[in-house]
Amino acid sequence: MSLRPDLAIIAGHVSPGAKVLDVGCGDGELMAHLRAYAGADARGIELDGANVSAAVARGLSVVQGDADADLANYPDHAFDYAILSQTLQTTRAPDRVLEELLRIGRRAFVSFPNFAYWRVRWSLLWRGRMPVTAVLPLSWYETPNIHQLTIDDFRAFVGERGLTVERAWFLNGDRETSAAAANFRAEHAVFLLRR
Amino acid sequence: MSEDQRYGLARRVTLNAPLPLDGGGLLSPVEIGYETYGTLNADRSNAILICHALTGDQHVASVHPRTGKPGWWTRMVGPGLPIDPNRHFIVCSNVIGSCMGSSGPATLDPATGEPWAMRFPVITLRDMVRAQAMLLDHLGIPVLAAAVGGSMGGMQVLEWAATYPDRVRSVVVIASAARHSAQNIAFHEVGRQAIMADPDWRGGDYYAVGEPPAAGLAVARMAAHITYLSEAGLTEKFGRRLQARNAKSFGFDADFQVESYLRHQGISFVERFDANSYLYITRAMDYFDLAEEHGGRLANAFLGTRTRFCLVSFDTDWLYPTAETRMVVHALNAAGAPVSFVELSSPFGHDAFLLDVPELNRVVDGFLRAGET
Repeated sequence: MSLRPDLAIIAGHVSPGAKVLDVGCGDGELMAHLRAYAGADARGIELDGANVSAAVARGLSVVQGDADADLANYPDHAFDYAILSQTLQTTRAPDRVLEELLRIGRRAFVSFPNFAYWRVRWSLLWRGRMPVTAVLPLSWYETPNIHQLTIDDFRAFVGERGLTVERAWFLNGDRETSAAAANFRAEHAVFLLRR
Repeated sequence: MSEDQRYGLARRVTLNAPLPLDGGGLLSPVEIGYETYGTLNADRSNAILICHALTGDQHVASVHPRTGKPGWWTRMVGPGLPIDPNRHFIVCSNVIGSCMGSSGPATLDPATGEPWAMRFPVITLRDMVRAQAMLLDHLGIPVLAAAVGGSMGGMQVLEWAATYPDRVRSVVVIASAARHSAQNIAFHEVGRQAIMADPDWRGGDYYAVGEPPAAGLAVARMAAHITYLSEAGLTEKFGRRLQARNAKSFGFDADFQVESYLRHQGISFVERFDANSYLYITRAMDYFDLAEEHGGRLANAFLGTRTRFCLVSFDTDWLYPTAETRMVVHALNAAGAPVSFVELSSPFGHDAFLLDVPELNRVVDGFLRAGET
């Protein structure tokens, strides 16, 4: 099973037997991997009904719901990890979703596409057009990404809220790139946070 | 095992242990009509209980003795289907209060030798579930692999998880709710009043006369049947089309196809169902509020549970809409229970759980199989 690069990083750093909530779990690809290879007790939330059906049909515990509306009912620290992969920028209130993630989970993995990636800058600067890239494949009128952010935006947010970054990974395709130049060179980022 | 008289189609048992009722008092003896399909395995771990809906019965996958029609859930239960007699030992019993072999208003009160009629005690869904647990004791089933049900069956399944958490490993709740809403109660009250307004009802003592309150029960069924369908479904099926005529009659015949259809639904229902049972079971459903039974907080019903949950709703079901299922999901999340939930798309309204919805079968099959490994 070959996972998307950001999911592979998350999968590689979840401790065995952990209790995990995957928010925006899609058809359960990461959950299935965590269950099979890390013996994790994985639960998921997913907006799209067809994805939920597919995940439940493969025996995963997934509920149809929405990161903005359906996190409030989970008790504090119910999970070792809450995961939000490529979903933060699609939520209505990303700041509240992040607060909820770190209430429900002792730690949170958050991955998102970097809007300051050089190809994105190039598209805006020289073409004057909203970027359409491998990581941001949809045009402005159909993209679910309503809260685009950059790696530096996220770093600043984490600092303002007093959250701790335990680790971070910056990816260009499936290759890691350095933290120093990440805001320019990384297509997407994975952060492991705690309070 | 196949020699065992407890197992098979069209079974009936009289259990002598008294059943304590939520409303006070005891029901004794407890008669239960039921069917089993498949073979109980050596470690008794493959039993699935199917809970039926308001007017359903134990003939889940066998020909109905009164109507001659196939079982009511042959799309879900059968060889190669999600609930499979080749893999599972399937039990389906008629709820107490009903009229297909289980204790109810039409059965005889041992104290008088007469039908109970309205002297039958008012029962609850939890009473029905306790009677099912007594039946499982009789059948030698300590723990269910799963309990599965739609509509009122789903409510019983939730009661199972709340009342006997250690006796059921997985539950499937389809097109259901954890309580009856004001609107649900209102529709049921229309049905009950239709029955009781029929002069043939006679305060419930119509059995000896031989003339049941057919008109009242038919109207009750007609009103209820509307709630089982979606508006779009009714429009697509009937629209404003006329029934076997070219013009309106300017009278009160069934001019419209939808009128004719509902009248047929009402009349055919009367042939297979007892009016007093309809009163008792709708009452039991109206009394149902799982949160109320657990200190007003639904999550309390499931605290510490190890049961797996799968809930399914349908987007066009306005009788038990998705919001009701979502309330249960939130309570299960709050209780830390392993839960799956999906709202499926179907044009059929509440009745979708009985109809051809391939996605429902995929979800139930995957969920049950994951619990078997």
